[in-house]
Amino acid sequence: MILGAILAIWVSNLVAAVVSMGIVGFGLALCFLFLEAPDLAIVQIVVEILSLVIILAAIMKTTPEDTKEARGPLRMTMYIGGAVFFIIFLVSFIRICGLLPEFGSPVLRMAGDYIGSGLQKTGAPNLVAAIILNFRGYDTLGEATVLFAAVVGLIVVLRKVGRKR
Amino acid sequence: MIYILPIILFLIALFGIVVKRNLIKIIISISIMEYAIFLFFALIGYRVEGVPPIEVEGVRYVKFVDPLPQALVLTAIVIGLATTALLVAIAVRIYQKYGTFDIEKMRKLKG
Amino acid sequence: MSEIVKTVSRLFSPLIFLFGIYITIHGHLTPGGGFAGGVILAGAVVLGILAYGGEKFGLTGKKNKASASESLGILLFWFVAILGLMFGGIFFLNFMGKGIPFHIFSAGIIPLCNIGIAVEVGGAISVIVLALILFEK
Repeated sequence: MILGAILAIWVSNLVAAVVSMGIVGFGLALCFLFLEAPDLAIVQIVVEILSLVIILAAIMKTTPEDTKEARGPLRMTMYIGGAVFFIIFLVSFIRICGLLPEFGSPVLRMAGDYIGSGLQKTGAPNLVAAIILNFRGYDTLGEATVLFAAVVGLIVVLRKVGRKR
Repeated sequence: MIYILPIILFLIALFGIVVKRNLIKIIISISIMEYAIFLFFALIGYRVEGVPPIEVEGVRYVKFVDPLPQALVLTAIVIGLATTALLVAIAVRIYQKYGTFDIEKMRKLKG
Repeated sequence: MSEIVKTVSRLFSPLIFLFGIYITIHGHLTPGGGFAGGVILAGAVVLGILAYGGEKFGLTGKKNKASASESLGILLFWFVAILGLMFGGIFFLNFMGKGIPFHIFSAGIIPLCNIGIAVEVGGAISVIVLALILFEK
């Protein structure tokens, strides 16, 4: 996955970059399967296919060529800035890493309750469905509203005719 | 220490956002950042020798994987698709107006 | 598109659609649920669009059915939530009976909400792909 990400950033053809992003996405779906999350794996596979279709449709309507990279001091400044970001975040995250719970034994403060009494309270064996629709219904309602707003914005942006001024 | 892998993925995508000048490349980098965050959440919820959080009739498991991060990520994936599509739409509009994906040229052409 | 693509997509698109419906209504028993089912429904629609072009569906106009189904899905979700409010005084109350676990008619409002979410997500993603592919200039 990390190789796919590096490829997606570095390759100079945009179609190849999108395919490299596909490597990352399908690798993510495999990781979800290994991490015992079948719901996420199903959604991730289909979403990855659809997002590849969307970005490819946009590229086919425009141009598949990457922009020319400028040379000079500005370029070097950008690279150095990126590297500094990289190192600072990496070091600070390694410091933080000690505070996280050990891998493989999460702290089940809320979820312990959900696991223990989810079946009795909701009657749904799939605990993920029970959480997103019963315990945390407001969250899902908000997400559905965000999805609606995003689609309305997309239609407004892409509409063929605007109002004449 | 396996948490370091999604963070490296995240940082590569951040590097891409900072360095690249093509709009489609920036959108791809944002998508990879989202994937890194999803992977991080799934790693936080994992439990050694856990089973998926789905109860089977007649069997009583105790060691479920944490279902809460999975529920959060499940909604976030679909929202990520919608927002990516919105970004792509704006990029296509910008291309039709300026004829390029280069953000520097766009700034020059503005005045 | 060529004839082979059209034939294969005509064979497979209804099957994918059926699979999406199955995943949606079994969402509280097996992996899946409203989001996965909705995305698979949208995948079936997108396959048809890519093979035949949008004219087949009569969706080139400003208003189309996918947009209507999206609005209807989110309205259904709100409606179920407000029903909980009316019946029990609490928003999002699980007002229906729990039923017998591990059967398809169980778990109160969860299957209804799953169907609402599936319709909403499927409509939304179909609208996205339609708008990106069909709107010229």
